[in-house]
Amino acid sequence: MLSVLVFLPVVVALALTALPATSTPRRYTVPWVVTGLLQLVLVAVMWLQLPTSGYGFVEQVAWIPSAGISYHLGVDGLSLPLVAMTVVVFTATAIYSLREDRRPKSYVLLFLALQTVSVGVFVALDLILFFLFFDLSIVFMYFVIAGWGHGSRARSAALTFFLYTFLGSLALLLGFILIYLAATPHTFDIPALAALNPLAAGGPLAGAALLAIGVGLAVKTPLVPFHTWLPPAHTEAPAAGSAVLAGVLLKMGTYGFVRIAMPLLPASWRQFAGVVVVLGVVSVVYGALVALAQTDLKRMIAYTSVNHMGYVLLGVGAAGLVAETDAQARQLATTGAVTQMVSHGLITGALFLLAGALHERGRTYDMGAYGGLAARTPRFAGLFAVAAFASLGLPGFSGFIAEFQIFTGALGATPVATAVAVVGILLTAGLFLVALSRMLLGEVRFPDAPGTPRPFPDLRARELAAVVPLLLLATVIGLVPRFLLDLVEPAARAVNELVAR
Amino acid sequence: MVMNEDPTTLIPELALLAGAVLAVIVGAWTPRRRQGRVRALALVAVMVGLVATVVAATKPSSTTFETYVLDTTTHAVRAIVLVAVGLVLWLSRDAVAGHPRESEFAALVLLGGLGAVLMAGAGDLMLLFAAFLLASVPLYALAGWAKTGATTEAALKYYLSGAFAGVTMLAGTTLMYGATGSTSYDALPEGLVTGAAGPAAVGLVAVLAGLAFKAGAVPAHFWVPDVTDGTPPAVAAVLTTIPKIGALAATWRLLLAVPEQVVPWPLLVAVLAAISMTLGNLAAFAQTSVLRLLAYSTVSQVGYVLMIIAVAARTPEAQPALLYYLAAYALTNIGAFAVVAAHPARAIDEFRGLGRRRPLLAAALVVCLLGLVGTPPTAVFVGKLTAFAAAFDGGMAWLVVLAAVNTVASLFYYLRWVAPLYRDEPPEFADESGESRTARHGAVTAATLSLILGVAAGLILPLLAAS
Repeated sequence: MLSVLVFLPVVVALALTALPATSTPRRYTVPWVVTGLLQLVLVAVMWLQLPTSGYGFVEQVAWIPSAGISYHLGVDGLSLPLVAMTVVVFTATAIYSLREDRRPKSYVLLFLALQTVSVGVFVALDLILFFLFFDLSIVFMYFVIAGWGHGSRARSAALTFFLYTFLGSLALLLGFILIYLAATPHTFDIPALAALNPLAAGGPLAGAALLAIGVGLAVKTPLVPFHTWLPPAHTEAPAAGSAVLAGVLLKMGTYGFVRIAMPLLPASWRQFAGVVVVLGVVSVVYGALVALAQTDLKRMIAYTSVNHMGYVLLGVGAAGLVAETDAQARQLATTGAVTQMVSHGLITGALFLLAGALHERGRTYDMGAYGGLAARTPRFAGLFAVAAFASLGLPGFSGFIAEFQIFTGALGATPVATAVAVVGILLTAGLFLVALSRMLLGEVRFPDAPGTPRPFPDLRARELAAVVPLLLLATVIGLVPRFLLDLVEPAARAVNELVAR
Repeated sequence: MVMNEDPTTLIPELALLAGAVLAVIVGAWTPRRRQGRVRALALVAVMVGLVATVVAATKPSSTTFETYVLDTTTHAVRAIVLVAVGLVLWLSRDAVAGHPRESEFAALVLLGGLGAVLMAGAGDLMLLFAAFLLASVPLYALAGWAKTGATTEAALKYYLSGAFAGVTMLAGTTLMYGATGSTSYDALPEGLVTGAAGPAAVGLVAVLAGLAFKAGAVPAHFWVPDVTDGTPPAVAAVLTTIPKIGALAATWRLLLAVPEQVVPWPLLVAVLAAISMTLGNLAAFAQTSVLRLLAYSTVSQVGYVLMIIAVAARTPEAQPALLYYLAAYALTNIGAFAVVAAHPARAIDEFRGLGRRRPLLAAALVVCLLGLVGTPPTAVFVGKLTAFAAAFDGGMAWLVVLAAVNTVASLFYYLRWVAPLYRDEPPEFADESGESRTARHGAVTAATLSLILGVAAGLILPLLAAS
């Protein structure tokens, strides 16, 4: 069933290759939306049937047995919420792109391929399989940015993105190989490695493995100081690409920490948890401060991603600090971190799609060019305000549930770091309020082509259908989070028990 | 081990020989514009050899004519060399078609391949030396085949270092014979234990020096960059791939016959491996000519193979690792050279915009270069992985660390070549003359095969593990 979930988009893509490239966009985009909806149904079924402990829907086929590599898939409470979020973000992107008219065939095929590898990363239970999906996501995203980016600098931004994240991924691979060599028998199987715990004693080899894996994941997450590829990539990428990049691809980094770094390198994780916390807090504050200084809407949202991913690191780092002492705190921090991944995916996806809608109308992301949109385009203004409030962590939205748990869990472990991180919340609140007041309030202003006033319509049904479900889900998680937390908590407990060994 | 004197066990070698002889004869009696039939003939010989190899591989190991070993290593090297020869003959079609010495090209490549296979199968020092000559002399001629200014210099350089290496090797063979009383590998262990260990060790080092020349390993690597840069890419592909495979397999077979207690060769080989990979990488950093870059990359690749040979006697994982790595390296390296052969550009900058103009060729190059780094799912990744595992289990963790550092470092110069492919091209390079269609096909085929070999590693590795 998991293989069907993962490879459904690729199968659809293969079927679509039969259509001529000159077909109308809808002949491609509608099957893409349907694919997403089918995947959603599969995810819903899995959500209901997931076993309370261990992995569900496991599939394992020998691939290269003599090198300890197998095709091993499975989901648990950590991965299923992220799979669900991935499918939701992709489906929203598909709906948003229904009318995409620039080379629609390659566009849809590329996104379908990206959809497969993105779901694949979260359900892979073999390090090499994980790496393959992880790397292919970089390749496909490169082509999305290079092929459908906005500006003349799209290609160079795409290349920067590719080189950074690819180098990072090779560091990751190096770490995997170190763990593989340390284990007897040699294997890349994640559950087997978690059970063997080959580097239980810590030491230099385990430290090197954690460093390599940490750098690899930090580039993808991205953490300061490995974040420099992110702003240009987001600025140049098309809206749909940005939504997927921020919503889904960044989570591959943070998910890697929870799925691989914590359970497979528990001793080193506890030893270096302090470093993780510091990196997380630096990202929180730095991301927020730089976002505050932006005039470009997309860059601003991009930097808030750095800020939000920082909270995740604060959570998992704090869980490592109190791994042996405080079961409840580590539990809260880890659950919060996973919730934050889901929440950020939904909210940032919505924000980037809204930014894309704005760009379609005004052809610029410069916040100074817009004003008084609340009067002219109330639907856009309303949704943007909701997304901004959700993003800054207002109670009632998913971000609050996530960040509250992270802070509560981390406070006992690292009071100073947590206090500093709370400043990040204040800064984000400030920057979103400034952005809202600049763009939505005041006198009506929007960029004109010289001489001819451009029509500036409100959001259309297609855009509403893409953005509203994302924000609705963020609100549902914020109001009744139990359905999500019941799934995450047992898995978070299991991870923490592995870390505390 | 079963002994026999059955000539039918040597059909792959005889096919290569017959192909070469027929190529010369038929070539002499064929008008220049019809010389294509020589290549067809050579390809038929390769196919016959491949079929015979597959059939032979199903039989148990044996020794034939008391000197030639037929085991998994020989069969694997036969298959690798034959596939490599076939690929080179195919991809070089545009480059050699209409050339005054077209049929000689096919004959020389086939003879070089024959020498490489014989080196791998040799179970006797005398046969090893004969095979060394057979793998060297035709390739000296091949290096000078194009007869332009640079190739003459390359051929002379290759010949002089080869002659020096050959003399050293012959002296080593004599010393070993004198010390152990036998040239047969079977008798070596006993002869070494009872004979004079000192001269034998010197002799062994001298023989290894000859093999290091063929493999392009440090310290006999000086010819590699000049010869690679001076010859046409198709010739360079042959010189940096086919003799290497034979020499490395021969090193492996010879060292397995030498007891570690008498001559502590694992350390020697490990040090050579370390220096090869490091020196090759460091030298590749500064290159702007893609041929020189690839040349130094082949030097560093030999280092990874030597890493496996260093633990040859210590772990059963070494044999599949070695053979798999050789296969992966051959396909990937030929693919990279084929890309150069397909395109007139020789400097890294001249590859700008290839991604837009020739997307498939650029993709093949990316697959091959990332393959040489060792990115999944390409074949060299599995090769490196098994090499690392073998060296680690063989107690050479320090070498694994060094190899890992080198792998990361190598990424930078390979990526220096990949990055321009996807930058916008300056208009003045948009000229299509000098492109080769068959080389393009060869590049894409080699890249695809390297991917298939990587994904199907689970099926192939167990085959290579058989004794």
